[in-house]
Amino acid sequence: MSAKTLYDKLFDSHVVTEENGTALIYIDRHLVHEVTSPQAFEGLRLAGRKPWRKDSIVATADHNTPTNGWEKGLDGIADPISRIQIETLDSNIKEFGAKAYFPFMDKGQGIVHVMGPEQGATLPGMTVVCGDSHTSTHGAFGALAHGIGTSEVEHVMATQCLVQKKSKSMLVRVDGKLGGGVTAKDVALAIIGKIGTAGGTGYAIEFGGSVIRAFSMEGRMTLCNMAIEAGARAGMVAVDDATINYVKGRPYAPKAEQWDAAVSYWRTLVSDDDAQFDATVVLNGDDIQPQVTWGTSPEMVVGINGVVPDPAKEEDATKKGSMERALQYMGLEANTPMSAINIDKVFIGSCTNSRIEDLRAAANVAKGKKIATNVKLALVVPGSGLVKAQAEAEGLDQVFKDAGFEWREPGCSMCLAMNADRLEPGERCASTSNRNFEGRQGLGGRTHLVSPEMAAAAAIAGHFVDVRTFATK
Amino acid sequence: MHAFTQLNGLVVPLDRANVDTDAIIPKQFLKSIKRSGFGPNAFDEWRYLDHGEPGMDNSHRKINPDFVLNQPRYQGASILLARENFGCGSSREHAPWALEDYGFRVIIAPSFADIFFNNCFKNGMLPIVLSADDVDTLFKETEAAEGYQLNVDLSAQAITTQSGKTFKFDVDAFRKHCLLNGLDDIGLTMQHQDAIKTFEAKHKLAQPWLFN
Ligand code: SF4
Repeated sequence: MSAKTLYDKLFDSHVVTEENGTALIYIDRHLVHEVTSPQAFEGLRLAGRKPWRKDSIVATADHNTPTNGWEKGLDGIADPISRIQIETLDSNIKEFGAKAYFPFMDKGQGIVHVMGPEQGATLPGMTVVCGDSHTSTHGAFGALAHGIGTSEVEHVMATQCLVQKKSKSMLVRVDGKLGGGVTAKDVALAIIGKIGTAGGTGYAIEFGGSVIRAFSMEGRMTLCNMAIEAGARAGMVAVDDATINYVKGRPYAPKAEQWDAAVSYWRTLVSDDDAQFDATVVLNGDDIQPQVTWGTSPEMVVGINGVVPDPAKEEDATKKGSMERALQYMGLEANTPMSAINIDKVFIGSCTNSRIEDLRAAANVAKGKKIATNVKLALVVPGSGLVKAQAEAEGLDQVFKDAGFEWREPGCSMCLAMNADRLEPGERCASTSNRNFEGRQGLGGRTHLVSPEMAAAAAIAGHFVDVRTFATK
Repeated sequence: MHAFTQLNGLVVPLDRANVDTDAIIPKQFLKSIKRSGFGPNAFDEWRYLDHGEPGMDNSHRKINPDFVLNQPRYQGASILLARENFGCGSSREHAPWALEDYGFRVIIAPSFADIFFNNCFKNGMLPIVLSADDVDTLFKETEAAEGYQLNVDLSAQAITTQSGKTFKFDVDAFRKHCLLNGLDDIGLTMQHQDAIKTFEAKHKLAQPWLFN
């Protein structure tokens, strides 16, 4: 038997049938949220179908849910169409069933990619799908996790399978050691800056190397979350003690003798030593600085000590055009130092950076300080009800509130601004989310992607600032 | 799903790289629980000068005359010519729904984002990858000649210009078969019901914790 990559192991162990390179792979976990599921449930209904295995489904409402006004219940959802979508999920789950459902305002509710792992609904060795591109997050557990479209959501519900062609494999290895103040988010952005937003297209990426081995599960989730921003459909990290320790004792994790059997299987979920990858990319962790995006694509990124790049120096005409358009949209001049860019709003949240570790790191920077007067709004939106409760137990909410941040209820919030949290035209935001596309955080809004530490530091300074020197001031 | 065999259509050139799904259909329209009706809001933030919300009467909105889709010569286009990494970003199938509802059946680009590419086939649309040079040629020709049309033939896997130039393209055999025949994926997969059951039983024996 030839040596296998982690991806080979995960893919091959789920193949039901295969013909001419197109496989039917079996899906273990199906995460569902309110935005991409209504048409799929409707499809089932029209065809008179039932979910193949309703116990594979774990659902929550996250994209549309408001982050304040919860005391008013459903009436607190100002937008009637958002409310309909949330209520539609309620009624669909009631009709079709699920293993677990965390509806709006439930204490387990949260962003689907935060909720799944914290409930133990995401386990090593699983195939995980969700009608959401950031499903790649779950690959942090040594799982094969794909974002899918709504037709595929319906397909998985009806058949428990997904039609897939095997991707090529890419190893992204980050060697060495990160400096203080440099996080998984910076590593993710540095990788995308290097390979580009299409660099991973057609590949499943495995992240390895000493930097990734040293990451907590939170850090690995941040990294795998952004694999999709590099164009890869899946990102993954091999199983080790950190994985197993994180999973242990979670509500849906295996128990008793099943636990031991599971762990001994999970230990095999690593690439074999002599496994071959179709492509390998290597970065040195020692060289990575805190990153800030300057444009309208995650690959438009520089270190905090850098400057806004100059399109005049770009030779490729298409790239040059994109840069010019981005600078115009972002209201930035070439060669401006990143640290000279003032901000209007701050968003700490999203499935990239809203876990307890992220909030601790941001609170640590904000502690005892006040947000700058030019910052109109600094939002902290925990990833889930459980993260929120944990943060409050640790007093982090108070640290944020004392510094002038708003402490909100969990959800996707200003990551995509489908609820009431958004940027106004021209407003500039330091955001811990994953996409800086035009209009992503509100029509005309200008997004700069950063780590939670960098976002908190920017909130205090009123402009981007190197957290490595800022924190000690 | 409706079948796709061949198409003679007007081409519209969208000269931007990395067009993302947020641009194709902004998030406020994702609140719909339906599958149709997204066409008037395709590229909403580029097409209109005001802010669009679901339920608005789009015929009264301010049109952005500079946006290529709004130019009179491109009205009725069914082939979208695009640059690299088209459809990057979210998995929202609302993006292909919007493009299809607008009237596009074919998208030609040097590369596509993976999930978007996949979603197109589920909706009777054909995304075609050509080399960056060939795409560039098509951009130049489209812009040079008003009323520029292409013939796209899926069974022959060929695009033909009005002057008779032909570009061959690759398409996955399974997807081609489904598209040509308008086959429903779920129906096809259901033919493997027994294999799925057999796999499931074996899988459950090996990893019972997945079935708790
Ligand atoms: S937090 Fe943002 S990226 Fe994550 S699932 Fe929600 S909307 Fe998508």
